[in-house]
Amino acid sequence: MRPLATRASEDSPEPLKGSCRPLSSLPPGLRAHLCRHSRTPVPQRLRDLGFVADTPLVVVRAAPLGDPVEVEIRGYRVCLRRADVSSLCVVPETPA
Amino acid sequence: MSVPAALGDPADPLHIALVGSPNAGKTTLFNALTGARAKVGNYPGVTVERREGEVRGVARRIRLLDLPGTYSLNPETPDEEIVREVLAGECPNEPVPDALAIVIDGTTLARGLGLVVQVLQARRPTALVVTMIDEVRARGGRLDLGKLSRILGIPVTGVVGHRGVGVADLRGLLERAERWAVPKALPRMDDPEARFAWVDRVATDVGGHSPARDRRTDRIDRVLLHPLSGLLIFALVMLFLFQSIFAWAVPAMDGIDGAFGSLARLSRALLPPGLLTDLWTDGILAGVGAVLVFLPQIVIVFTLIHLLEDVGYMARAAFVVDRVMGWVGLQGRCFVSLLSSYACAIPGMMAARTVASPRDRLATILISPFMTCSARLPLYTLLIAAFVPAKRVFGPLGLQGLVMLGLYLLGALTALGSAALLKSTLLRGKIATFYLELPPYRMPTARLLATQVWRSASAFLKRAGTLILAAAVVLWALLSFPRIPVDPARSVGEQAQAQVQASLAARIGHTLEPVIEPLGFDWKIGVGLVASLAAREVIVATLAQIYAVGDEDDFGGLRDALASDRDPQTGEPSFTLATALALLVFFVFALQCMSTVVVMARETGSWRWPALAFSYMLALAYGASFVTYRLATAFL
Repeated sequence: MRPLATRASEDSPEPLKGSCRPLSSLPPGLRAHLCRHSRTPVPQRLRDLGFVADTPLVVVRAAPLGDPVEVEIRGYRVCLRRADVSSLCVVPETPA
Repeated sequence: MSVPAALGDPADPLHIALVGSPNAGKTTLFNALTGARAKVGNYPGVTVERREGEVRGVARRIRLLDLPGTYSLNPETPDEEIVREVLAGECPNEPVPDALAIVIDGTTLARGLGLVVQVLQARRPTALVVTMIDEVRARGGRLDLGKLSRILGIPVTGVVGHRGVGVADLRGLLERAERWAVPKALPRMDDPEARFAWVDRVATDVGGHSPARDRRTDRIDRVLLHPLSGLLIFALVMLFLFQSIFAWAVPAMDGIDGAFGSLARLSRALLPPGLLTDLWTDGILAGVGAVLVFLPQIVIVFTLIHLLEDVGYMARAAFVVDRVMGWVGLQGRCFVSLLSSYACAIPGMMAARTVASPRDRLATILISPFMTCSARLPLYTLLIAAFVPAKRVFGPLGLQGLVMLGLYLLGALTALGSAALLKSTLLRGKIATFYLELPPYRMPTARLLATQVWRSASAFLKRAGTLILAAAVVLWALLSFPRIPVDPARSVGEQAQAQVQASLAARIGHTLEPVIEPLGFDWKIGVGLVASLAAREVIVATLAQIYAVGDEDDFGGLRDALASDRDPQTGEPSFTLATALALLVFFVFALQCMSTVVVMARETGSWRWPALAFSYMLALAYGASFVTYRLATAFL
């Protein structure tokens, strides 16, 4: 499967705890859930939309030009810009 | 229907506010309840639209306030701040609503409930309206609205807004708003983690967790959003939109132009010559024509935009092009508006209504006059044909075509640069989270489409048409006063030339001459600049009048007259290649269009923005023309 981000390695200069990784490095179609840890505080708006710890989500697709990405969470889909979700970290349900 | 005695004086209107997230179907519901008759205004001090209407078909007066869409009560934008203020009773001049109706989309129940929990903290009589219940059922979902009502402790009703299903029940519910329960105190859930733990439980309880995806939508999206075919289809759709505005609008516009021309000629033949006849033919008829001529473009642009929106493609187009628009601080939705501005800034600015973020919408409106609209083409064609040599430059590419292309690029690049400038200065602010939903594909209904197009067209006629007409009459007066006696020895063309030369506009032209002389412009161009405020293409007709070419359609005659015009004192050509290039550049930048100014004021709700745009564009035009003239005189 096409990796979502080509910049994944730049995005995460230091490894996160366990198998926690930035959302931007998650390939489309792979189920994952949000980690309790994030590299920077998760913006209030994302939390109000339901992006809270342990929530399962899946990246549905990236736009043809690579940004924004469409994410499915809590039974709905939303397109967000990579810059806005850069703080989110996820644990894939099966190791990639 | 009778009014229960328990209710207050029926003359005393009940204030109900609609609260909901964008795309939840709030506005469709508002239109269904009020018959789409909204009183549109602005909240004091901010450019946020305030929409209020009377609910029709109910036994008492109910004022329904359509609050801006919001995803949460922790505001990020001025729109969302208004919602928070109204609910908290902190909005100046806005009565605290007697009751709240929360609108959520049944297919995305969990997210909707996240907002519901926040709104219930306001502790006002509240009801919940769940929209798109047909969609939930079609996808095999089953929502237990009764159970939801018991859990929340407020009335809950389901509707299908665009088909009117459930709207009658909702009317009945609204009539009883005073008896809606004040929601029981939920535990405070300021922390989103606690809130969504509760929401997940409730959503599971009422069966609202993830109805199956619409499989047809997924199949179509695999093609329309594919990295390769997605881009290709996007380009084709936009090309079609662009082309159809030109190809379909132009015949209709020519028809309107022709009809008003014939009407003017007919009037001249039937009415005795004189001031009143002139006012009628050259002032009023020309003014009405100047308003109606925009209608074909507005109707075509809005038919296509609403069609793409109703089908569900518009959000996809925004998704595809968002990254590019992001480079200048705008977003995907701005693209279609800017593309429409290539035909005419007026439908373009009106199309910016689909941009949800107020700052991005304002930036889009302000830069749209830079896009090369079709009204600039007559002058571009005339000057290029008269002064730019028809040389081959490279293969089939001619110098004339290259100059034309250069003018288009200059406008587009300046628009994008100005957007970046605006977004980093005047329209700077906390960057709101970009948020876009791709709705399921739907078959559009002709009736809804027709209503939407009619609403846009009639709003233009009512809100801008009258002002444009008035301005046209004022400009006519400038070109026609003071009157000079008719000299039978002169031909009609010479008489018109003499009249223009004696007019107030000519005086303004002479007064302007010292100011515009550094650009290489004489008083004749000055008159043309004044007249072109009516609409850019008018400069061609005015120049034809000044040069007494007779008919403005005599393109070759006017071209030759311009090229052979000499300064009476020096004998030098008064209209050179340098002058022509400077004038072209002036028209790339200057906001020479009162209709644009009027519509910009209407769309932004203030005269400050068009005043700013006018000054900014005039300053750019002056500076760029000056540089062009100096460079061209030095090097060409």
